[in-house]
Formats: sequence, structure tokens, C-alpha cells
Amino acid sequence: MRARHLLLAVVLGALAIAGAAHAQPRSGVARPPNEEQLPLRELGSQLYAGNCSACHGVDGRGQRTPRKTTEGIEGQGPPLRGVGARSVDFYLRTGYMPLSKPDEQPVRRRALFTDREIRAMVDYVASLPPPGPPIPRPEPGKGNLAEGYELFTEHCAGCHQVAAQGGVVTGARVPPLEDSSAVQIAQAARVGPYLMPKFSEKDITDAELNSIIKYAEMAAKRPHNDGGWGIGNIGPVPEGMVTWFIAGVAFVLMCVVIGSRLRS
Amino acid sequence: MRRLWQGLLAVLTLGLGRRRERRRDEGEGDSGGGRGHDLVEPGPRNPGTELGVAALFLLAAASAVAFIVVYSLERFPAQHELFGVTLAAAFGFLGAGLIVLARRVLPSEELEEDYPEEEHVEAGIEAATIVEESGRSITRKRLLTAAGGTAGGAIGLAALTPALSLGPWFHTEPLRRTPWRAGRRLVDREGKPYRAEEIERETFYTAFPEGASHRTLGSMLVVVRLDPARLRLPRERADWAPEGILAFSKVCTHAGCAVGLYRKPTYPPTQPPPGLVCPCHYSTFDPALGGEVVFGPAGRPLPQLPLAIDGAGELRACGNFSNAIGPAWWGVNLEKPS
Repeated sequence: MRARHLLLAVVLGALAIAGAAHAQPRSGVARPPNEEQLPLRELGSQLYAGNCSACHGVDGRGQRTPRKTTEGIEGQGPPLRGVGARSVDFYLRTGYMPLSKPDEQPVRRRALFTDREIRAMVDYVASLPPPGPPIPRPEPGKGNLAEGYELFTEHCAGCHQVAAQGGVVTGARVPPLEDSSAVQIAQAARVGPYLMPKFSEKDITDAELNSIIKYAEMAAKRPHNDGGWGIGNIGPVPEGMVTWFIAGVAFVLMCVVIGSRLRS
Repeated sequence: MRRLWQGLLAVLTLGLGRRRERRRDEGEGDSGGGRGHDLVEPGPRNPGTELGVAALFLLAAASAVAFIVVYSLERFPAQHELFGVTLAAAFGFLGAGLIVLARRVLPSEELEEDYPEEEHVEAGIEAATIVEESGRSITRKRLLTAAGGTAGGAIGLAALTPALSLGPWFHTEPLRRTPWRAGRRLVDREGKPYRAEEIERETFYTAFPEGASHRTLGSMLVVVRLDPARLRLPRERADWAPEGILAFSKVCTHAGCAVGLYRKPTYPPTQPPPGLVCPCHYSTFDPALGGEVVFGPAGRPLPQLPLAIDGAGELRACGNFSNAIGPAWWGVNLEKPS
């Protein structure tokens, strides 16, 4: 019975993800008309007011109780004061924000804003008091691959898999790391987006983070599969299914061969 | 019921026939009679093929033994691939041997005649004689039987070996013993004691008992800090989580994997609540409820360890786990950890 529930949950989860991918806003981005002439801070402020404030509140104060917005979305979101450039840059460049519904999981997609617009919004939100952490500058070239492997296994592989291909945690899909830049991995480790835990510099030092990023980039871009076929590197369930399908066909063929009579 | 009866009758007849046949053989041996009554024509003898079949069986046995060796040594770089290769080779050689045996060694003959219905006993005797005499063209019958038996036995052993990993049968006492005692400090991997102020929200820590092995089942902990206002612990555990810091055994109560996933909402109003998740089968435990199972195959809550903060601000255990640690086994709920 439990197994059936799990299966149902996995199927529903997959459907929900597929649905969420379709339900993204149809580029409903509000832009000021004279965008090019506006100074960065002013552009950021206007973009924030037009695209973020419905959920994150005026001046990043958050929106505690849901409220109707112009697009019919129930706006509700956490305050952004003190999150700093690190968090805003991550959420905008990965396309995690804006979110079409407040209770859905943000997934990676094309960023809806141009580079200048993102820099403007990062600058504006970071300017709100109190000051927050800046965008990290990781240097994976200085990392140690072996150390990165150990640290990744310990801190990250539980969810993202040792092949950095992502997977599932109950209640959410864990993203693969192949499209993540070094800066984004560093940001995610410190920020902890959605259900991911965040890791402070006491848990993972900046030097250790370099090693982790070095390993993650290697593992996600060049997974090594001793068996010959990785099957997406997303874990034992699809691997088992493939095994059963191939083994089942081979088994039937063997039965046919053994059961056939000698023609002599 | 009738089928069963018929089957029983057939077996009986065969057995009876065999015995009679043997007796007849002995009797005829005296009078010098030989093989004048053979039902099966003596076919071509091919000792070479027989040797080949025996070799295939022995190869199957060797592959099965190789599986056992790979399984028990745990020293090979691609161990899981080797499991598959050795097992597949064992069954492949066994199958190949049986096919060759059936097609090349055993004489095959198709009879298109119904057994006369009234003469069950006679027909049975004849069948038994046929079976008996069919083997006569095989010159190395014992070798084949021995080789086949060796292959079957070795593959059977190989199939049984993994059962050894299922755990102790009778000696479950060490599974219940944990190194946690009141007053023992929580330390990190390097042995540095955890201070309460170091434990932050929205992340998780792995802790070990000070001055005890880090490698026993009951030693590893997962430590998280939650908002004390959100805790819904059982009443008798009201003082187990000072400042909202909770410690649980890191070993899943389902199959014993390390509970290595911690999900925490970035924004609690619209996102799932905190959960400790096992990556093997997605058993999910709610730390705010004292480790209660909220999803997955685990049958028991994650054991919670009572904590206290001492005068120096360091975390100490305040007793033993709330319930038995480790994966589920027979009688796991009968005794508390010691």
C-alpha cells in the first residue's frame, strides 16, 4: 500500500512539474517605457515595483497575508530586506523568480530580464537596509577535486546525487547541476533556495566550497558510467525498470530458443 | 485431487518398476543374459561432448565461486559490475551445459503412440526401463552427475551468500547498545564539541559522541534547530530540545541508510514543513513532531536524543534515545536502547 502511495506521489510529482513548466507567466514583465535613460538604481526600483512588490511587499517588506494582484494571483512572499545581492542575483539569473504562483517550486528557466535589468534590481534590493551579503566570487580552479568529492558526498549527494544529476526529495524535485554556473552553486549553498538547507561558512568554508564546485562541475558535465549506460544518472528506480525490460525480453527469447525443437 | 492421485500413482509405479527391473537384471546376470532386451538402440557414443558438458558445468561452478569471492572480499574496483558478470556467467554456463547435454548427449526419439490405458503398470515399467537404458550410451555418467551437482550447488551457495548481509540472527544485543549517556558531549567529525550558538536554523549538522567510536550504529546524530514555537513534541519530551535544538539518530528506521537529506522551507507559509528525509526510500520524518514518520516506508519514528546546554554553552546528551535505533528487525520494539 505504501509502495503504491509512493508511486502515486512520484507520478503526481512528475505531472505537477510538467504542469508547472507550462504554467510559467507569459512574459508578463512590466518595464518602464524609458528604460535606457534611467539610472541603474531608479530602473531597479521601478522594475521591483512592477514585478516583485505584489508578493514581496513595498520596499521589500514582505507580504504576510495573501492579496489579489492584477493578474489574479494571490500574492504572498517573504521580506527581502537583508537578503543581499547574493540571493537576488541567484533567483533572477536562474529564472527562479518571478514565480507565477506563490506556492509552487521555482524551477530553472530562461531569465525573464536582461542583464542590465537584473543588475538594476540586484542593486536596488541590496540597497534596502540592513545590508546583506554580496555576490560570491568562487574560484573552483583553486579547489581540490578529491576533497570536493568527499565534501560533495557528505553535504550535497544526499539530494543532488553523487553524479550531480539531481533527483527527488519528498515534496520537491531536486535540480541537476549541469546548467549551474560556479557562482550559482556558491550562491545556492549559502542561500539555500526553496527546501535546500543553507550552509554557513562554519559548515563549509569558502576554500571547501571551491573544491565542491570543482567536483560538481566535473561530475555534472562528464559523468562516468562504468556499466556503459548512465540512464540519465537519476538513480535506482529507472535503472531497475530498464533492467527488467531488457532482462524480461532476453528471458522470453531464451525460453523460445530452449523450447524450440531441433530440425534434423 | 484426481491429478494428485494420478501423479502419486505414476511415481509409485516408476519406483516399483525400477526395483523390479533391478531384480530382473540381477536374475538375468546369473543366467548370462545380457542386453538382448534393450528398448533403446545403442546410439553413437560421444565422450568428447560429454567432457565438454562437464567443462561447462565446472565453468558455471567456477563463476559462482567467483561471485562468492567478489562478494566477500569487497576489494575490487567495479564490484557491482563484477557481481553481474559472475552471476550471469554462472547461469550462462549452466544453461549452455544443459542445452548441449539435451541436444548432443541424450538420445532423442519421438514416439507417436498412446500408452495403452489398461496396462498402467506395464507401461510404467517400460518407461522406467527406457529411462534407465537411455543413459547407457553415456560413458562418464558419474562425472556428468558430479559436475552438474557441483554447478547447481555452487550457484545455490552464491545465491545464499548475500543473505549473510541481512544482519545477525540471534545476537541482536549490540544493535540495541548506543554510546549515548547523560552528560556526554556532542562533537563534530574532528572531535570539536558543538556549542549551542553554532547551531543555526535552516541547516543540519552531523554529530558524534565524545570519546566513543564514530562508527557504531548508534553513534551518528543529525542535529537541527527549529523555531521553539513550532515544536509539537510529545509531552514527556518537553525539555528534550533546549532553544529548539533537536538531535535524532541519523540511521533510518526502515533499512538503515543515513538520513542525509534535510528539507527546510525558505518561506514556511507557502512551502512544505521541515523534514528529515532518507535518500534510499524517501522515508520522511518530522523533527517538529519528535521524528514522527510523515511519508515513506519507515514503520517507526526516528529515535530522538534528549539534549541539554551546559554552563559552557556546549551541547550534551541527557540520556539515551527515545526508542530503538537502527533498521527494523524482528522484535525491534520490544526493548529500549541501552
